[in-house]
Amino acid sequence: MVLGNYKSVVAARSTDNEILKGAQDGGIVTQLFAYALEEGIIDGAIVAGPSDEPWKPEPVIATTKAELLAARGTKYTLSPNIALLKEATRSYGLDRIGIVGTPCQMQAVRKAQLYPIGMRDVPDKIALAIGIFCMENFPYQSLEAMVEDHCNVKLESVKKLDIGKGKFWAYTERGAVAQIPLKVTHKYEQPGCHVCLDYVSNLADVSTGSVGAPDGWSTVFVRTQNGENAWGKAIAAGCFETKPIEEVKPGLDLVTKLATEKITKNQKTLEARATFGVGKGLRNPYI
Amino acid sequence: MVEKITVGHVHLSGCTGCLVSFADNYEGLFKILDDYADLVYALTLADVRHIPEMDVALVEGSVCLQDKSSVEEIKEAREKAKVVVALGGCAAYGNITRFCRGGQWNQPQMESYVPIAELIDVDLYIPGCAPTPQQIRNVCIMAYLLLKGNDEQKELAGAYLKPLMDLAQRGDEACGCDLMYDVINQGLCMGCGSCAAACPVRAISMEYGKPNIDRDLCIKCGACYAQCPRSFFNFDVMNEFEGISELIKGVME
Ligand SMILES: Cc1cc2nc3c(=O)[nH]c(=O)nc-3n(C[C@H](O)[C@H](O)[C@H](O)COP(=O)(O)OP(=O)(O)OC[C@H]3O[C@@H](n4cnc5c(N)ncnc54)[C@H](O)[C@@H]3O)c2cc1C
Ligand code: SF4
Ligand code: SF4
Ligand code: SF4
Repeated sequence: MVLGNYKSVVAARSTDNEILKGAQDGGIVTQLFAYALEEGIIDGAIVAGPSDEPWKPEPVIATTKAELLAARGTKYTLSPNIALLKEATRSYGLDRIGIVGTPCQMQAVRKAQLYPIGMRDVPDKIALAIGIFCMENFPYQSLEAMVEDHCNVKLESVKKLDIGKGKFWAYTERGAVAQIPLKVTHKYEQPGCHVCLDYVSNLADVSTGSVGAPDGWSTVFVRTQNGENAWGKAIAAGCFETKPIEEVKPGLDLVTKLATEKITKNQKTLEARATFGVGKGLRNPYI
Repeated sequence: MVEKITVGHVHLSGCTGCLVSFADNYEGLFKILDDYADLVYALTLADVRHIPEMDVALVEGSVCLQDKSSVEEIKEAREKAKVVVALGGCAAYGNITRFCRGGQWNQPQMESYVPIAELIDVDLYIPGCAPTPQQIRNVCIMAYLLLKGNDEQKELAGAYLKPLMDLAQRGDEACGCDLMYDVINQGLCMGCGSCAAACPVRAISMEYGKPNIDRDLCIKCGACYAQCPRSFFNFDVMNEFEGISELIKGVME
C-alpha cells in the first residue's frame, strides 16, 4: 500500500506556458482544475491562495482561471483547505467541488464523505480531489525561521520555495538562490506530520508531485474512476504532454523509496507513542 | 424482498431537527422505509402509543430529569431495542440543553437535562447538531447490512460502525475542548480544517493553520472532534471509499 491503489501513472506537464510559468512542477494541479472548470466537471476549486503575509496561504474558492493562477506554487506551510469544504456548498453554492490538498487533507475529504458528521450535503459534491505528494509540512513561523534565519533571505523577496535533492531551496526575485540541508529543517516540522502514513495521496482522485519526474515535470497517479474521467478528457483535449514513467529518470523507484521511508519512520513514531510515559501511552488515531 | 429491520424514533428533549434531518434524505427516506426498515415507533409519524420491541432505537434529545415520563421512556427504549443510537448532539452529549436553567412555561421546574448515556448504556453515537442526513442514512444502511447482510457485508458494516460505537464508549461529554485534549495536546493536529468546517455555530476558526476554539460559542454538539481525521481514522474503511460510496449509492437507487 505504499503507493496506494491506482489505475495508471505517468510523467506529465501542462502544455500551457502561462500555467507553467508560476507552477511548482508540471502545473498539473492548476491545469487540471482550469480544464475541469472550463468543461463544467467542477464549478470551483478550493486552493491555497495568497494572503496579506508573504508565503502564508489562505484557502480560497477559485471559480476563475485567474484565481487558479494566483494560487499556483507550493507554500510549505499549513493551508487548512478543508475548512472551506462545507462553505463551498453554502456561500458559493458549488455542486461540483474541486479540492487540492496534502495526503492528510485527502484523508479528511474521504472521511467527510464516508462519515459526514458535520458535513451536511457535502459527500456527493466532491467532483475532483487532487492530492499532492507530501513528506512533511511546517507551521508559518517555522517557514519564517527557515527562510529568514537559516537561508538569510527575506520572505517577501522569495519567488519560489522548493524541496529537492536533499535540500530546502529559496529562490529570490533578483535571482539569488539560497539552500540549506534538510537536516536543518527537520526540527521545524509540524509534529502532527510525524504520525502521517501516506506520502503520495493514496486517497485522491488524481495525485501528483515532483518526485520521480525530471525537473519541470510531475509524476501523476490516476486513482479513481472520477480521476480517470477527468484526466482522460484533459489528455484528449491536449492539456498535457506525457511520457511513460518507465522512460523517465529517476522514476517510480525513487517515489517508492521515499514513500516507504516516510511510512516506516512514522510507524515507528506511532509505536513509540504507545509507551511514551511510564506505563502510559499517547493516543493512536488509527485504531 | 429480504426481511426489513425495525426502527423506532424516540423523541426526548430535542428540537426535532434530528428527525427533520433524517427526513431530508427525501426520496432516500422512502427508499429506506420501503426496502430496509419498518418505522415501528415515531411521534407524529406512526400511530403507536407505547414503545414496542425493535431492532434499532434512534433516540433524539436529552433526558429531562424532572420529567418522569422521559426517564421511563429512555429506560424502556433500552429494554425494548437491540441497538440504541444516540441521534444527534443532545442525545449524545447534552448539546444546547446542557445550558438549560429551567424557568420556561409551562414547566418552570424542568431544569436539568442529561445525555441518554447518563442513564442507560448506548451502543452508537451520531454526533452533530443537527446530524447530517447523509450520516444518518449511512448508519441506517450499515445497520441493515450488519443485521441482514451476507458475511462480507456484515464485516464491512461492523468495521464502518465501530468508530461510532467507540464514541459511545468514550463518554457522554464533548465540546470543542475535545480537539484540544485528544488531538492538539496529543501532538496529532495537522491543520486540515475539518473541525472548522464541521462546526455548526462557527465556533472554530483557523489561525495560522491551527484551530482556535471560541468556547463561548460552542454548544457541545461533538461534531468537530468526530469529524477530525485524527480523532479516528480506520484505513480498512477509508481506503475503500470508492467502493463504499458506490455501495451506498447502489442500495439507495
Ligand atoms: C507541504 C508540502 C510538501 C510537499 N512535499 C512534496 C514531496 O515531498 N515530494 C513531492 O514530489 N512533492 C511534494 N509536494 C508537492 C509539490 O510541491 C507540488 O505541490 C506538486 O508537485 C504540484 O505541483 P504542480 O506544478 O502540479 O501544481 P501547481 O499548478 O503549482 O499548483 C499547486 C497547487 O497546490 C496548492 N497548494 C500549495 N501549497 C499548498 C499547501 N500548503 N496545502 C495545500 N495546497 C497547497 C496550490 O494552491 C495550487 O493549487 C509538497 C507540497 C506541499 C504543499
Ligand atoms: S506529512 Fe502528512 S500530515 Fe503532514 S502535511 Fe503532509 S500529508 Fe499532512
Ligand atoms: S466547537 Fe462547534 S462542532 Fe465542536 S462541539 Fe462545539 S459547537 Fe460542536
Ligand atoms: S480536524 Fe483535527 S487535524 Fe484537522 S485541523 Fe481540526 S483538530 Fe487539527
